[in-house]
Amino acid sequence: MSQQTVSSQQAPGAPRSGRLPKINPVFFVLAALLVAITLSNPNFVEPTGYMNFLKRAAPLAILAAGQIYVIVSGGFDLSVGSLITLTVVGSSMLLNNNADATWWVIPIMYAVGLAVGVVNGLVVSFLRVPSLIATLGMMITLNGAAFMWSSGSPRGYLPETFRFFGRVNIQGIPLIQFLPVALLVMLAAGSYLFWLMHRTNLGRMLHAIGDNPRAAQMSGVPIERVRITAFVVSSLSAVTAGILLGGFAGVSTDVGVGYELQAITACVIGGAQLLGGRGSVPASIAGALTLTAIFTLLNFIGLPKPVRDVVQGVILIVAVVLATYRRNRAGGT
Amino acid sequence: MSTATLIKRLPSRIERYSPALLLAAALLIYVAIALSLGLTRFLTPEAAISILNRSIALGMTAVGQTFAILVGSIDLSVAHLISASAVVSSAIMNGDPAMMAPAVVVVLLMGALVGTLNGLMITRLEVNPLIATLGMALIIQGCLASFHGKFGGSVPDAFQFFAYGTVLGLPFSLMVLAVVVVAAWVVLRFTRFGSNVYSVGGNRDTARAAGIKTNRVVIASHILCSLCASLSGLYLASRLKSGSPWLGTEGAYDLESIAVVVIGGTILSGGKGGIWGTVAGVVIFSLIDSIFNLAGVDAFAKQVMRGIIIVAAVAFYAVRSKRIVA
Amino acid sequence: MNTPSPVIEMRAITKSFPGVKALKGVSFAAYPGEVHALAGENGAGKSTLMKILSGVYRLDDGAVVVGGEERHFTHPLEAIRAGIAVIYQEFSLLPERTVAQNIFLGREPTRFGLVDHRAMNREARRVLSLFGSAHRIEADTVVADLDVASQQLVEIAKAVSLDVRVIVMDEPTAALNETECEVLFSLVDTLKKRDVAIIYITHRMREITRLADRVTVLKDGETAVSFDEVPEPDAIVRAMVGRDIGDFYAAPATPQEIGDIVLSVRHGGNDRLRNISFDLRAGEVVGIAGLQGAERVALAKAIFGISPFTEGEVMLAGKSARFNHPRDAIRAGIGLLPGDRKAEGLVLMQSVTDNGMLTARALSALAGRADATAFATTEEMDGLLQDLDVRAGSFSQEIKALSGGNQQKAIVARWLALAPRLLIFIEPTRGIDVNAKAGIYHLMRDLARKGTAIMMISSDLPEVLGAADRILVMRGGELVAAFPRGVSEADVMLAATGEEAVAA
Repeated sequence: MSQQTVSSQQAPGAPRSGRLPKINPVFFVLAALLVAITLSNPNFVEPTGYMNFLKRAAPLAILAAGQIYVIVSGGFDLSVGSLITLTVVGSSMLLNNNADATWWVIPIMYAVGLAVGVVNGLVVSFLRVPSLIATLGMMITLNGAAFMWSSGSPRGYLPETFRFFGRVNIQGIPLIQFLPVALLVMLAAGSYLFWLMHRTNLGRMLHAIGDNPRAAQMSGVPIERVRITAFVVSSLSAVTAGILLGGFAGVSTDVGVGYELQAITACVIGGAQLLGGRGSVPASIAGALTLTAIFTLLNFIGLPKPVRDVVQGVILIVAVVLATYRRNRAGGT
Repeated sequence: MSTATLIKRLPSRIERYSPALLLAAALLIYVAIALSLGLTRFLTPEAAISILNRSIALGMTAVGQTFAILVGSIDLSVAHLISASAVVSSAIMNGDPAMMAPAVVVVLLMGALVGTLNGLMITRLEVNPLIATLGMALIIQGCLASFHGKFGGSVPDAFQFFAYGTVLGLPFSLMVLAVVVVAAWVVLRFTRFGSNVYSVGGNRDTARAAGIKTNRVVIASHILCSLCASLSGLYLASRLKSGSPWLGTEGAYDLESIAVVVIGGTILSGGKGGIWGTVAGVVIFSLIDSIFNLAGVDAFAKQVMRGIIIVAAVAFYAVRSKRIVA
Repeated sequence: MNTPSPVIEMRAITKSFPGVKALKGVSFAAYPGEVHALAGENGAGKSTLMKILSGVYRLDDGAVVVGGEERHFTHPLEAIRAGIAVIYQEFSLLPERTVAQNIFLGREPTRFGLVDHRAMNREARRVLSLFGSAHRIEADTVVADLDVASQQLVEIAKAVSLDVRVIVMDEPTAALNETECEVLFSLVDTLKKRDVAIIYITHRMREITRLADRVTVLKDGETAVSFDEVPEPDAIVRAMVGRDIGDFYAAPATPQEIGDIVLSVRHGGNDRLRNISFDLRAGEVVGIAGLQGAERVALAKAIFGISPFTEGEVMLAGKSARFNHPRDAIRAGIGLLPGDRKAEGLVLMQSVTDNGMLTARALSALAGRADATAFATTEEMDGLLQDLDVRAGSFSQEIKALSGGNQQKAIVARWLALAPRLLIFIEPTRGIDVNAKAGIYHLMRDLARKGTAIMMISSDLPEVLGAADRILVMRGGELVAAFPRGVSEADVMLAATGEEAVAA
């Protein structure tokens, strides 16, 4: 199952000190949370329980796996939430209730994502606008574009062909009874992004430019190209998350709200180093699952939804403080 | 030698005046559009005041943000603090003029508390300012949303004097903003604390080596930043009669306050800039808004263009730097 | 002379860093109204000694006595309060603030609680007037608008305004031209008259002759000699140089080992360099000597495409080679090992192997396998690191934890994976302890033997003399002299400073 595959990869690129490769603590935290959820709601061990959990977590997990590319390269991508919104709203406008249009609408949305990522990357690399400002500006722009496109009132629903990815469960699988398509998408995207980050030159170049851009440049790293690629990966993952969310959340102009911060929080929980140089795709996915598990738990306990934000804010800060503390203790610079 | 040094730094001199140049350009476009559309009533002193009056909230927030950025930090929690201040003030006042003073005091204390926490997280816990204030933003937002249902209330009519009252024919709120601006200018220019803000923002190590208590300066700057945001929340509550938890984020006061500060020539890494540039930035933004209104751009298109303009404005300053940014 | 009671006295100071004994019982004293010159080669321990005096470092053993009282400074501020100010080569000015604001940083004069700008500017002008009328600096000028020389003077003004009793100047003339030097010298005279003790660190004999009342020469962390009166320059030079080198340096290239021209620059220039012409041949190690400000690093950066040549011709192995980006230079077969390894060389959070593989990966397809590039696989890299004797617990550990010498070798491995034609070493042994230095010299020689042209830029003159087959000397952005191996240190120094002969 998912968390097993994830934890068995042992987070390459996760902080290690000394000779013993340490397992990233996020996996223990996630395991503990899953136990806690099971205790408070025994139904969780049924396929409907954990499968629905994974299905709900899939968009954030994909988003975090994309966001970590930008974080490792030293930046932030705050435009992903609005890109999700644009994907959902834009798809519904283009589809116009025509189920057969799905096959060309999805590529168009990916093209939009590609363009957004390239623009973010160009603005940061060549206009030297800090990514925080550049992607916040992109966020405002894309939100405005989503409103403009739908004239402020997006249509109510998307055709089933489009919702297939987010909503459908493949039935009749032995042992686990059913398998959500969203989970398959998550596994596919997660493995691809894992490979790209931890097995290719691109991944090492991302770490290098986030760690020390000057040294990377003087060692021949094409820093602009690498940075642009990071933003493109993040944007494409946002489009993917948007397609999944369109499947189970319906069309509105606030589907994507808050996702950018959740993705960053997930990466931070996964031990990513803010401002670059260190981070792992599996750990970020685990971070996303952890965050979703925390929200689920809060839900079971019966805390109102807004408390989520408070908890998320506290987690974000605490995770950064803990990371700083651990690094300082390890005698880092 | 002196002529040589002047020539060497000529580009930076242009940079120093660019807020004024941008302001002139925005003004020119505004006037040109108004004239070409024959809308001369938009060129009267009353129109000028109404343009300025549109940016009171942004102006107050930006004055505070100037302190945060000058000291080398940043505050992304201002938008949520604005909402919180508006909601809390209208809940406490609840239509009762007698509660006006307590509400103002509570809201300003809340602002001071948020600023202190931001500052402490950044200095003592060494949390990156972006993350510290983003985390704070989430916390404020969550608190607001959890308690909002229980709060209602609106401000008494008397309190609306803040937004709508006039003194000697000038809007009261504009005068409050003017006082805030002048006070900020005095602090930055004429107090040791002001000097320290520049020094800490310019180079924290140098400042520390000169015996400046850098942590205190950062915390104090954040307190000022949050106080300004709270004031801006009070103003919005007064203008809208009651607060809503979306006020701040809908106005994008976080990004816009940062943008006007940067357009005003204050550099994001800190240590250089000033309050008058920020004022110019605020006026430029109001003018752009007015230009859109004159030209009849619809609200959503306006938002799209706003995002582009903000990034373009920051790029205008950033593009010449040789530093690699991420 | 005044009563000879020293303002500060350092007694038998000992200081060790991990792997290096930087100071071995050095004693030193400064007297009011005197200039005490401190001479010695790079790495002799001058800076360490002064950093102990100013509270940056703590001593291991010995004593610092100020005004007859033993003191233990834990922070530079304490030293300043005790009347000791140091002017370092790297400025600590805030570029966006005015001269006056910088001078009074953190202690602005106030009136009714508000900063009194008029009083501050007046005080600043008073301090600046010490420089005389030859070099006027306005108190309200923004520091970034000043040239380097003026910034240097502001830095000094800052120290003077503190009314300190001891001022340490660390090679203060490095960035100054002839007239500006005169301004500085007359300032030093003024300070002497005010009974300030000045500790003046320099390589330049002329300045010692002109200014100093006493001279102390440090060598290898020990006092080589201390003169109570300034002797003939050659006595100082002799005390500075001369070390039993043994096989510390590798044997030079034999004529057979020197091959074809690899790099040839003709009339190369840009805003820092003028009319540079020279050749580098395969198999030889060429050292570039010069003082601070001679623009040696600018030459490396021009060849490597960081701040390219804007004029002249550059040929690499017979092909035109004016590069505008390091990536292009690297593709053509040039490698560069930066002097500031932490800032420009290493990706500290990554593993030793990753640091070695960096360029091999950078030149490969982005989607290509990271563990098997066309240039090297990770196994080959680990083998290479082993061959270079990089000592690490594991090559998968973060490079941050390695010693300077091992980090440097990992960067060498980075370039070896690409088999470059030309390797440029900038300050190859900076921050590397003495024993590891020899390893780097032998490594450079081995590379040369295999046909690589090596260009070595170093401020450590004995190192240049010992490791290079040929020595080029730069001054003010120009190549001013070329010497074969075996030239004396004094001759190179003379060419570098552009002065008349001072020593045989």
